[in-house]
Amino acid sequence: MGRPGLIAERLVALFAAGWLLLNYPLLALFGRLGTVAGIPALYLYLFVAWALLIAGIALALGRDADDGR
Amino acid sequence: MGGMLDGWQIALASACYLGLLFAIAFHADRRAAAGASLIGHPAIYALSLAVYASSWTFYGSVGRAAVDGIGFFPVYLGPTLMAALWWIVLRKMIAVSKANRITSIADFIASRYGKSALLGGLATLVAVVGIVPYIALQLKAVSSSLALLQSFPGPLPPTGPVWSDAGLHVALLLAAFTILFGARHLDAAERHEGMVAAVAFESVVKLCAFLAVGLYVGYGMYDGLGALFARAAEQPALQALTRPGAGASQGGWAWLTLLSMLSILLLPRQFQIAVVENVSVRHVRCASWLLPLYLLAINLFVLPIAFAGLMRFPDAHANADLFVLTLPLAGHQPALALLVFIGGLSAATGMVIVETTALSTMVCNDLAMPLLLRLGFFRLAARADLSALLLRIRRMAIVALMSLGYVYSRAAGEAYALMAIGLISFAAVAQFAPAVLGGLYWRRGNRNGALLGLAAGFLVWLYTLLLPSFARSGWLPASFLDPGPYGQAWLRPYALFGLDGMDPVSHAMFWSMLVNCLAYVGVSLLSRQDAIGQVQAQRFVDPAHGGTSAWGGAAPAEAMLALVGRVLGPAAAQNLRRQHQHASPGMLMHEAEMALAGAMGAASARVMARSVLRKESLAADDMLALLDESVQAIAHSRELEQKSIELERASAELRAANQQLTELDRMKDDFLATVTHELRTPLTSIRAFSEILRDHPDLPAQKRAAYLDIIIRESERLTRLINDVLDLAKLDAGRAEWHAETLDLAQVVRDALEASGQVLRDKAVALEVDLPPAAPPVRADRDRLMQVMLNLLSNAAKFCSPQTGRIAVSLRREGDALQVAVIDNGPGVRPEDRELIFDKFRQGGDTLTGKPQGTGLGLPISRRIVNHFGGRLWLEDAPGGGARFLFTLPLDAAPQTAPTSPLESPP
Repeated sequence: MGRPGLIAERLVALFAAGWLLLNYPLLALFGRLGTVAGIPALYLYLFVAWALLIAGIALALGRDADDGR
Repeated sequence: MGGMLDGWQIALASACYLGLLFAIAFHADRRAAAGASLIGHPAIYALSLAVYASSWTFYGSVGRAAVDGIGFFPVYLGPTLMAALWWIVLRKMIAVSKANRITSIADFIASRYGKSALLGGLATLVAVVGIVPYIALQLKAVSSSLALLQSFPGPLPPTGPVWSDAGLHVALLLAAFTILFGARHLDAAERHEGMVAAVAFESVVKLCAFLAVGLYVGYGMYDGLGALFARAAEQPALQALTRPGAGASQGGWAWLTLLSMLSILLLPRQFQIAVVENVSVRHVRCASWLLPLYLLAINLFVLPIAFAGLMRFPDAHANADLFVLTLPLAGHQPALALLVFIGGLSAATGMVIVETTALSTMVCNDLAMPLLLRLGFFRLAARADLSALLLRIRRMAIVALMSLGYVYSRAAGEAYALMAIGLISFAAVAQFAPAVLGGLYWRRGNRNGALLGLAAGFLVWLYTLLLPSFARSGWLPASFLDPGPYGQAWLRPYALFGLDGMDPVSHAMFWSMLVNCLAYVGVSLLSRQDAIGQVQAQRFVDPAHGGTSAWGGAAPAEAMLALVGRVLGPAAAQNLRRQHQHASPGMLMHEAEMALAGAMGAASARVMARSVLRKESLAADDMLALLDESVQAIAHSRELEQKSIELERASAELRAANQQLTELDRMKDDFLATVTHELRTPLTSIRAFSEILRDHPDLPAQKRAAYLDIIIRESERLTRLINDVLDLAKLDAGRAEWHAETLDLAQVVRDALEASGQVLRDKAVALEVDLPPAAPPVRADRDRLMQVMLNLLSNAAKFCSPQTGRIAVSLRREGDALQVAVIDNGPGVRPEDRELIFDKFRQGGDTLTGKPQGTGLGLPISRRIVNHFGGRLWLEDAPGGGARFLFTLPLDAAPQTAPTSPLESPP
């Protein structure tokens, strides 16, 4: 960890993945699933994917992501 | 009123809350002044960034969800996606902005594109037109929620007269707060710690309030979210809201995500908090995940609240915006309702305060100041304290913006224009995207491109979003929307050129971004960038290798520091001087300009700096000319060019000096070799004749006398040679003793002639003398001059024709000098030898075969003597063959002012 170039690439990959995961047509797919544990599947999926994206950002920028360089 | 909450309770709670805000801001400002910042934690930075969630989020999300289901998500997913890129984009933006003392998003754009005042003004205009309605929306939200709180369960009362309107009171209070914490004093860094602390606190309050009402709805009204959704699933209308929308809204999802991505970066309030108020660039790391987490949390219960509201009030779709407040009220939870109201107040005030501060900075720095400078409204020389003027403009801008927002909210009422304005504002600031992002990463992006792109994008936005919203509010005829202006279907603002099937925001984004990007890229590629634009492009795109300043070495840094003193206070100027003690005037000038830029914007600071350069305040036309920056940057490049030329010249000089040294070294070797040779010749003959005398004691007396004569003559020659060598060495080393006096050169010549009389008579030389009885005085050493004259005379005697020898000596005045000529009728000196004979040991004729007749040092010594007294010694052709030696001596410049005879000075 710690190489600024690597961090930047990971973040761009996260951005691309997030854009694809949190967009149509994937959302339409989940829209057809009905409910999961009583909660609308699409609604649930959106929050889960969103949370995963945030976790990904936090991990990519882990504690020793060096800002100083 | 009849509500369950008394008016005084609400008023007291609001007053206490606002008082708390004031206290926090005041405390944070005090701590900042004491150097113990309260906002140095990354979490505070992330929380203050949550100013993104305005009352449009707090109340509006639920309203949107009640109509559109999951359609509110992209507004918060966009910022999350952008946050993933913050570490790359925002950090660079912060670094560049700190290096250039950027004060606002308009300032950023103006500074990037050659400190263009025109571009800064346009960006400010776009921001104000786009954002003022958004401020109106916040004020409207406060007054609506207040009205609901007081009147529930009755219907909302009609809007009362202006003076009793809570919206007005809130606007006035917010104006006071903003002036107090956003424009109290002029700061070179343009940071407002009190404001940031208050906004961060408000973010906590609004999140808590929203989560509280969400928990109440989910677990108080229903048995958990599952139960809530199960109940909702019984209603097909609600069921539909959990499904993806139709095709159009699917395309709209991506556009909305993109729009919010850009907004979190480009909204004036976001730029203010994220960039201008940023304490440390390290905080970006934490904020990149903490802010998205905040947005996720505040959206958790949006859909449940919307569903609960729709189920509880099946006929109240119109007021879905206020479900957050209505549900606790309907559930007889006055305390919760009050908390929600305070949360909504937090969301609205936070947004209004930061946005107004950012906009007022822009209006002051990028609109008012350049305009005033252009109009020649004030002259630098006449204004002692510019900071007061700047602050007054800023405060006036705050009041004006707040009034504008309030008037707009009154005029709009319940109109569509107000409810839709959130996204319309987003789309307005999205027009900054090509100029800002392109400006950060694309060096070739230039002023003309940014200007045209922004203007075109803004006009398209105006036509496809703002004007239609007016039409839907009834301020424009409905025919504007359909069948289109002048009945032209292809001009329909929601389906330009027949492009239908998109929702209005996506449609507007598509067209405005299309023309904006095309114009920006196209014009940038087709037009040239001026010099200052190139310097700024370098500073923004590649900050590590950016040029520092376009100020030359002769910059009037002191005058500039004086100006800094007048704007930011004498202490700031002193600080600057101390920090850059060893900087060149150009660097100091640059630092001073940067300090000014922090207070009044890049474009205005540049104009001020240029006016200092011209030493005084300028007329309007001159100011206009000053806005063209190219001259200064060209001077910069010219300076660089000049430096490289100087460097070249210095290295050439070094080369020449080196060559000269080598030459001197060679000459020294030659000299030593010649001296050795010259010494050996007489020594050899002395030794040879001495040996003859020793080995042949029986030599006849006559021969012996002759040999002894030779020995004596050679010894004399040796002595003379050694004396001359020593003399020359002394002259060359500058250690010769000089006894300069004022003397009559004619007398010296006469003395010399007399001294050489015997030699001349021996050779039977005819002498022609042409001397004036008395010559004007010269200043020289008498003995040394005698030496020169004797040398020239003996030379002439040596070389003149053996039998018919003739020497002419003359003295004439030539301008400011006396000229002595010694002419002989000998063989003369070949033109190519005329300078050589002044070299050491060079003699006329062939020195190898002919018998040497002198030391070869007389002429070099004579030339050095004459040169020492400012004269010149050279050789010319005599009229009838032969040599003509000439030397000049300058007249004594001030014979009358000799200190010994002050009385003789002319009256």
